[in-house]
Amino acid sequence: MVMSGSNARGGGGSKRRTARPPTPVKITRKSLGKGGAQWVIPSNYQAVRTVLHELVILVTAAHYNKDAVFAIKLACEESIINAVKHGNKLDAKKHVTIEVWIKPDEMEVYIEDEGPGFSREAVPDPTLEENLEKCSGRGILLIESYMDGCSWDHGGRRLRMVKQNRTDTLPRRSS
Amino acid sequence: MSETMPPVSVVREKDIRIVEFTNNKILDEGNIAEIGQTLGSLIEEPGQPKLLLDFATVDHLSSAALGMLINANNKIKVKNGMLRLANIKPQIFEVFVITKLNKLFRILPTRAEAIASFKD
Repeated sequence: MVMSGSNARGGGGSKRRTARPPTPVKITRKSLGKGGAQWVIPSNYQAVRTVLHELVILVTAAHYNKDAVFAIKLACEESIINAVKHGNKLDAKKHVTIEVWIKPDEMEVYIEDEGPGFSREAVPDPTLEENLEKCSGRGILLIESYMDGCSWDHGGRRLRMVKQNRTDTLPRRSS
Repeated sequence: MSETMPPVSVVREKDIRIVEFTNNKILDEGNIAEIGQTLGSLIEEPGQPKLLLDFATVDHLSSAALGMLINANNKIKVKNGMLRLANIKPQIFEVFVITKLNKLFRILPTRAEAIASFKD
């Protein structure tokens, strides 16, 4: 259990942990030209963190406003984790391909897994009263709320998302 | 090998446990399980649990983190305890609103107001 030994604010007396060095992650990167980039990652969370970090760097370097960057980071984390965890079932032999096209006013993201696919219609609404206390099932809601467009094809294995670089970008809420 | 801070620190104010997140990136997948275990241990302590989660440093939140918070909330309810969330930045609060979890959790603007609300 991690717990501070002090009653004072500021975290004094916190125990320090010795971190294990991260396991090397094999990620294939490719520049696609004209604002395009591609990553092929193995199905583990460390690879997800790495590609998200690099993706945010690209979007920030393209001068996207902070609200758009927040939305892109959130939606991409949800969708890439969905691909790794629910699509590929964390199978080390399966990969997720992430492709982005970043233009000054809009970006497109494609995320494709190697799993069996799924039906969007089969995913329950997590905002219903009976689902509110369930611990999972909110990823797609967040993706659809924070991106300006999203759709699935290839049997649900590939997700396409679009986000515009607008200063008035706000998440869509369900009524 | 490098050393890292734990993702939370816990301070006590009377019978309330105040959980402070020590890293603005703590609520990503890597740390969520560890934070969930910490919260679980606090909830399992003898007596009625009173937990305050201070989000002052948090600027990123995922659905997995929300699941961890719901799990903690469910455990607290079983022990007839109380959970409060405070100091949530507007962008993060929006995530709670979109998922309608602002109806599930008791969210207060400041730590002081959250502490006062335990008397309600």
